[in-house]
Amino acid sequence: MALHLRSSSSLKSTFLNILSLRQNLGFGSRSHVTRHIRQNLPHDPPLRGSQNPIRGFCNTMAEQETLSSFGQHEDASNHQVMDFPGGKVAFTPEIRFISESDKQRVPCYRVLDDNGQLITNSQFVQVSEEVAVKIYSDMVTLQIMDNIFYEAQRQGRLSFYATAIGEEAINIASAAALTPQDVIFPQYREPGVLLWRGFTLQEFANQCFGNKSDYGKGRQMPVHYGSNKLNYFTVSATIATQLPNAVGAAYSLKMDRKDACAVTYFGDGGTSEGDFHAALNFAAVMEAPVLFICRNNGWAISTPTSDQFRSDGVVVKGRAYGIRSIRVDGNDALAMYSAVHTAREMAIREQRPILIEALTYRVGHHSTSDDSTRYRSADEIEWWNKARNPLSRFRTWIESNGWWSDEAESDLRSRIKKEMLEVLRVAEKTEKPNLKNMFSDVYDVPPSNLREQELLVRQTINSHPQDYPSDVPL
Amino acid sequence: MSAILQGAGAATALSPFNSIDSNKLVAPSRSSLSVRSKRYIVAGSDSKSFGSSLIVRRSEPLIPNAVAAKADTAASSTSSKPGHELLLFEALQEGLEEEMDRDPHVCVMGEDVGHYGGSYKVTKGLADKFGDLRVLDTPICENAFTGMGIGAAMTGLRPVIEGMNMGFLLLAFNQISNNCGMLHYTSGGQFTIPVVIRGPGGVGRQLGAEHSQRLESYFQSIPGIQMVACSTPYNAKGLMKAAIRSENPVILFEHVLLYNLKETIPDEEYICNLEEAEMVRPGEHITILTYSRMRYHVMQAAKTLVNKGYDPEVIDIRSLKPFDLYTIGNSVKKTHRVLIVEECMRTGGIGASLTAAINENFHDFLDAPVMCLSSQDVPTPYAGTLEEWTVVQPAQIVTAVEQLCQ
Repeated sequence: MALHLRSSSSLKSTFLNILSLRQNLGFGSRSHVTRHIRQNLPHDPPLRGSQNPIRGFCNTMAEQETLSSFGQHEDASNHQVMDFPGGKVAFTPEIRFISESDKQRVPCYRVLDDNGQLITNSQFVQVSEEVAVKIYSDMVTLQIMDNIFYEAQRQGRLSFYATAIGEEAINIASAAALTPQDVIFPQYREPGVLLWRGFTLQEFANQCFGNKSDYGKGRQMPVHYGSNKLNYFTVSATIATQLPNAVGAAYSLKMDRKDACAVTYFGDGGTSEGDFHAALNFAAVMEAPVLFICRNNGWAISTPTSDQFRSDGVVVKGRAYGIRSIRVDGNDALAMYSAVHTAREMAIREQRPILIEALTYRVGHHSTSDDSTRYRSADEIEWWNKARNPLSRFRTWIESNGWWSDEAESDLRSRIKKEMLEVLRVAEKTEKPNLKNMFSDVYDVPPSNLREQELLVRQTINSHPQDYPSDVPL
Repeated sequence: MSAILQGAGAATALSPFNSIDSNKLVAPSRSSLSVRSKRYIVAGSDSKSFGSSLIVRRSEPLIPNAVAAKADTAASSTSSKPGHELLLFEALQEGLEEEMDRDPHVCVMGEDVGHYGGSYKVTKGLADKFGDLRVLDTPICENAFTGMGIGAAMTGLRPVIEGMNMGFLLLAFNQISNNCGMLHYTSGGQFTIPVVIRGPGGVGRQLGAEHSQRLESYFQSIPGIQMVACSTPYNAKGLMKAAIRSENPVILFEHVLLYNLKETIPDEEYICNLEEAEMVRPGEHITILTYSRMRYHVMQAAKTLVNKGYDPEVIDIRSLKPFDLYTIGNSVKKTHRVLIVEECMRTGGIGASLTAAINENFHDFLDAPVMCLSSQDVPTPYAGTLEEWTVVQPAQIVTAVEQLCQ
């Protein structure tokens, strides 16, 4: 088993040495590594030079470029090092624990300040007037759509709704930075991504009313949108289950060598689920091109982030899995756009996952079944809605470029509002899907037991028509 | 003899099962609708050329009813070719490999399936042939790789997800129930999930309670999935291929103790019908319904029963969800007595559901109550002697038949 390896400083033999080591130690499969050799060594230095206690305590791979012989030896500075899967590990005679947190939190990338002014020396990806105006218009549309659907639920016209108020920049700006071929695995607070891609207000309303024009055939509750032609996977209410799904889709894209990535969204609460950890781990090991976008909006229904995790937010968790991560101001559309744009390129070019933590605030209630004033102060909500409003900041910026005006604003708002009311009216009036849709699509072809059960239901309806809703066609 | 009976059964029936069958069999290429004619129906133990060869080999005569070489074995070779002998796990591997050759979208994922070749060697050699990406080794998180498989399926791949032991798939229950079973429905048919989830389950030889579970009990309620259990090399290969070609998510239950069963299977390509039961031994006095390993205990008991003058009809139900009530019904109408022999626990097992289904549908044809022999409702003990007694033994089966036939 002991294979004497010649020390060499070339990267290629470094990797061959790693392979032999791993083979000898029985760790992993060699061809997995050979097929996925990247130019970078596994542990890259962090993008931001923040104070990192971990680096002080042990030597990372980035600093040790060569692997010499197997086992312990003494290097030039007379410190013992051990070769171990993953890289050389230096020993230390001091008993020191890695601190549970940095003294400073990971800084947050932003480009527009609180007043919508461009911060000097900021790095960002330039957007054209057309794209910027579309981003802003879609943010306004999303805001109005949310408000009107919410009101409709309050009036009893809709059974349920969940708004994305306060998170418009995350929704729209991230979508703008992607291409139509990127596959989206949403949680349930990302209708803006669909909106950007061309889902019409009527289509949203159809799903919410569950009428026969709904692509989901009326089977799911409102806001559980899905559109295969827009590459937006149907919302599944279970938290964080879409993360491993996204990794699978990324794996599929990787196999087909497509110039596209998988993108998945989730909240701060979703990061507690096992699926989050497993998906990140898998994505890192599979080297899958997937963007994990966390909408850290401070609340998981009534659970604040202080009761959800004790780490410095979500961004620091990326490193635990070997994933490059960034923290972004989620209410800064320009920063969101730049971060997602850059991350996407990295993910596809380097075939790696990226974690993006977007800091924002859930201005609305969790859903129409929630009254958030019961667990948080109305002042807090008000402050975020006014002082940190993503729409007003971006509006200031596009107006400063001469791309927008008060007139355009009021035109847009009145047009969307009118369209929304019309869309609601039409969706409400449209017929519901036929009863047979209750039994179809469970399998590709309804098996005999389902056909029997449908017959039973129909028989029951025939004998008790008064107990059956009149608006569902038979 | 068994082949002819089975063939006759299939040929006369233009029941709904047949139309479903054809659909399943041609899942990948829906254009070949000519397959709906009954000529192409694979009748359980009959072997036939099928699949993509349908288009290529149209000039070759198709054999609708192969004559069985041996009367008392379920698998048969056609009289034209000798067939080849292999073990059950090799049959599974052969089926998997053929499908991976046929369709580049088929891929495998699971723990140790790649270069290790799989814990039960079902994926042996596949990683070398198809590469690391198509035969993917995953970290240990069943929920995550099942979720991955589902996501990959929604984007066009056809993953075969292996649970190292079926019991581990309890961790994947969330993904299987909420996403796998439901997403075709809740998306309005926009997204299909043609995954195959497979793995060994059942009581082995002193594997301990956690590794001796019968997951078919827990999964049977999930709407949207299909479940099949293989028991011979012949149906293992056939069901594996059919499951991969199916557009629905299919859970294929294998048994830890059956992997080394040897049998001669046909050389030419064939698949087995996912919704069909297999007639193992036709008879007149009593219908014994079973699946997976218990089939062998039943056949052993059958030898004793024949010596005692009984004529049991043994059916391997194979399709656990949905039940092949057509074959089962015909048998019940003939014998009027039913004994179910299963490995599941008494409470909430496949036997429980089957008892209910038979009582509901064929009550008028029963001369005696349906009897169900199952394992006790205990975690499987490690001690060998105790473990043996949690599983239904041939002696119990003989006693039960005698009791029912009084």
